[in-house]
Amino acid sequence: MKESTALRELSFGPSINEALRQEMRRDPNVIVMGEDIAGAAGRAHLGFVDAWGGPMRATRGLITEFGPERVIDTPISEMGFVGAAVGAAMSGLRPVVEVMFVDLIGMCYDQIINQAAKMHYMMGGRVKVPMVIRTAYGTRGDKRSYGGGAAAHHSQTLYSVLAHIPGLKVVVPSTAYNAKGLTIAAIRDDGPVVVLEHKFLGLQAKGHVPEEPYVVPIGKAAIVRPGKDVTLCGAGRMTHLCVEAADALAKDGIAAEVIDLLTLNPLDEETIFESVRRTHRLVVVDEDTPVCSMARDIAARVAENVFDYLDAPVKTVTAADTPVPFSAVLEAIYTPRVEQILEAVRQQMG
Amino acid sequence: MIVSKATPGAAAEVGAPNAREPVQQCLWLYERMSLIRQFEERLKWLVETGAPVGPVHFYIGQEAVAVGVCAALEETDWVASTHRGHGHCIAKGVEVAPMMAELFGKLSGTNRGKGGSMHITDITKHILGVNPINGAGVAHAVGAALSAKVRKTKQVAVAFFGEGSAGVGTVHECMNMAAIWKLPLVFVCENNGYAQTTPVEYACAVGKIADRAAAYGMPGVTVDGQDVFAVLRAASDAVERARSGAGPSLVECMTYRYFGHHQSDDTTRYRPAEEEKAAKGRDCLKGFRDRMASEGPLTLAQLDAVDQKNKLRMDEAVEFAKSGPLPEAADLHTDVYVPAEKSPS
Repeated sequence: MKESTALRELSFGPSINEALRQEMRRDPNVIVMGEDIAGAAGRAHLGFVDAWGGPMRATRGLITEFGPERVIDTPISEMGFVGAAVGAAMSGLRPVVEVMFVDLIGMCYDQIINQAAKMHYMMGGRVKVPMVIRTAYGTRGDKRSYGGGAAAHHSQTLYSVLAHIPGLKVVVPSTAYNAKGLTIAAIRDDGPVVVLEHKFLGLQAKGHVPEEPYVVPIGKAAIVRPGKDVTLCGAGRMTHLCVEAADALAKDGIAAEVIDLLTLNPLDEETIFESVRRTHRLVVVDEDTPVCSMARDIAARVAENVFDYLDAPVKTVTAADTPVPFSAVLEAIYTPRVEQILEAVRQQMG
Repeated sequence: MIVSKATPGAAAEVGAPNAREPVQQCLWLYERMSLIRQFEERLKWLVETGAPVGPVHFYIGQEAVAVGVCAALEETDWVASTHRGHGHCIAKGVEVAPMMAELFGKLSGTNRGKGGSMHITDITKHILGVNPINGAGVAHAVGAALSAKVRKTKQVAVAFFGEGSAGVGTVHECMNMAAIWKLPLVFVCENNGYAQTTPVEYACAVGKIADRAAAYGMPGVTVDGQDVFAVLRAASDAVERARSGAGPSLVECMTYRYFGHHQSDDTTRYRPAEEEKAAKGRDCLKGFRDRMASEGPLTLAQLDAVDQKNKLRMDEAVEFAKSGPLPEAADLHTDVYVPAEKSPS
């Protein structure tokens, strides 16, 4: 590898863009579709091409390389085009659909949970549905102190209603590096995979991204920071919150281990169990609301499997059990915060 | 994506669906309509004598629609079906023995006992699934048509849906998308008059479902769904238009289901007896036989021989279903995910 490429850094959206571009070059059956994924559809003759590129700009520039037959702007018809992706996947393509925000999942939930997820099973393994659903999620968190966010219909996390479904794989990248690798893994997977992309990772996600294509395996969590006193476990932006909390705990002499889940379903239980066997404490940090959440699911799995290793009750730090509020002051306390993680650990350390 | 696993059951004996030679084509049309009728009648008898086959939606009465449409298709053309899907499967060439085994929940079934009547299918016959979520399969047909266009395979896709599903938002989204992208797709509305118990005149503000085609910038026709030749003509025109790249069409076939929405539905609670009697008087199989008797090219003796052969085939299918193995407990957990070793990386 050349010296210049070894140190190349990318931010979140461009790394996903590179993953899509490289997989589209590798396999002519990979197509992308969704609302405004290029933008200004059909207006090339007026000089308008590629007007937007989706909320993450992850599809920008693809139409100029691959053309409108493989980069397909859709009408506002989520159920129709996600369903079309299911049919396309059954008949030879590898579609990557963008559902602009996870809040829109209700518009196409049937096609995801009843069709894409179950087709392989319902047909006795005789058909495969290799498709990817990319969708943006998340609140801004506690970085701002005035004004408003995007509120209850454009800020949710909602991955628990996807991870709940047998047959559906759900991945949540946290950095530019694993965003590229997980996106490529999702495209190459022979079943349906949902990729949840946090809207407000910003510079936290930026980092070294190799230019060549690579896979971050689905179903494998990563220990991003080793520690011996407590395990903090998060996904997406919550992983960065866990690292911030671990930094603060280190000043008090507490060595927190941080696990980045990366895949919510199928969950890498063993990495979590193995960590808990060493640290004897677990705090799960989850940006989704608490009822029937990943946080409580992980707590239950730990209680069932490694209870004897625990020195303190498992703690969960989740979003508030409310819709996402608009006002920034409310949004900031709706969203999990570092101080809540610190408080949970202090309670555990007693 | 089709997984290359052989479907269990007897070898294909489908004949020539789109044969241009009239005798061969008429034989195929009658053989398939007769087989669907016999499959459903045998199934109805099994249901009534207590066979545990789960909920089933009989296709009896509508045979000419599935057969007329599929007669216009090539083997590699796609169809997406509905909850009332046995007829579409048989018309597209699925073997009746593994179909019956599926209804018995057997490992030897088309779906290895994982699907049942409402998901019965054989992807190797290019069926995107029988689907009991109204309108859902229509989107899959759009996807298959898109796939054909992107991969330049010249395949056509057919979306079967009922007049009830014509009220589903997905169907409208799909008609619009298929039209703006000029997809090689044929929308086939089987208007059997009733969405469970709800009459079409209550649920649809315009007189004909086909009238809606104009709103999506595609041709729409309404044909007599009890006349397999009328269905075949309309379907052939639409398929030709689709394959030529001119875009989708809507073909509405006026038909009638002879029995309830499913086996537990009592039609006397919502359909006048005179209406049922009149509709059954226009039976597609009887109409076909009358036409052959007066115009040929087949004789009634030839048609009787087809019926007899299908009866034996159904005897074998029921025996295959009854004697097949049940799934093992371990099968519960198979095929939830595609195993990693099968995924390229």
